[in-house]
Amino acid sequence: MTVSVVQFGGSNCDRDAVRALRHLGIDAERVWHEDGLPAEPDGIVLPGGFSYGDYLRAGAMAARAPVMAEVREAAEAGVPVLGVCNGAQIGSESGLTPGAFTTNASARFQCEPVHLRVERADTPWTAAYDEGDTIEVPIAHGEGRFEIEVDAHDELVAEDRVLFRYCDEAGNVTEEANPNGSTDNVAGVLGERETVAVLMPHPERATLPDVATSTDGAGVLRAFA
Amino acid sequence: MTEFTATVTVRLKRGVLDPEAETTKQALERLGFELSALRSADRFELDLEAEDAASAEARADEMAERLLANPTIHDYDVAVAQR
Repeated sequence: MTVSVVQFGGSNCDRDAVRALRHLGIDAERVWHEDGLPAEPDGIVLPGGFSYGDYLRAGAMAARAPVMAEVREAAEAGVPVLGVCNGAQIGSESGLTPGAFTTNASARFQCEPVHLRVERADTPWTAAYDEGDTIEVPIAHGEGRFEIEVDAHDELVAEDRVLFRYCDEAGNVTEEANPNGSTDNVAGVLGERETVAVLMPHPERATLPDVATSTDGAGVLRAFA
Repeated sequence: MTEFTATVTVRLKRGVLDPEAETTKQALERLGFELSALRSADRFELDLEAEDAASAEARADEMAERLLANPTIHDYDVAVAQR
């Protein structure tokens, strides 16, 4: 298993993702988007950052880069694909996952630890947790407010595709615990397959014990193990 | 072929929170202006050659659909004028 961490111009969490994965004993390498994916990728991370300077909308340009056709093909073949932060924005912009991530309700860039409630534990991304667990993972984004049309949201909930919701330390999903005004406190969602997921918080920044205050994010990355 | 300018205006759908517009409105109010609402929009001017206005509009419409707007949060309209 070698995870391909796709680097776009302006990605800045690609090294962090590689390092966090390797810390967990999972082989990972950065792949420059113009070089394309390996012929048979084992796993794909769309990392955080500011690809293409967030031109037009965060993730809009990278979502339409040629490599995303390869990512989509791999996702449809069942290869695990994880989008983190800007990678989540790229995932939603490319249609891998539903909804959109747009300007925080505060209109500010927010960099802070948040708590997430694990809404499902029967996915590769959350198998390390129990349903209802509260984990601490940081966010760092200006455009992380999850927006989705009413019908699509109903469908998302009915299909149980919300992976994480923002919550307080005790696990209560409240308006106060919602850092960016996301619809229904949604912090992360699944694609059409459970092997595809995006989330705004950074699990790779909550994995290495020597640099992070929490290592709760490691469980998400263990999906690639 | 005729030269056209297609103007694509992309705005948030009604009901979608626009924190930047709200902040801008508050800044205007701090300057002493009175206003009851402020909506912002992005405008793209596309110069292109087409057989006629209808095909220029169709092409601009597809550009809006596929990139300029995000249909989850945006409405858009297209206006075409001969250049």
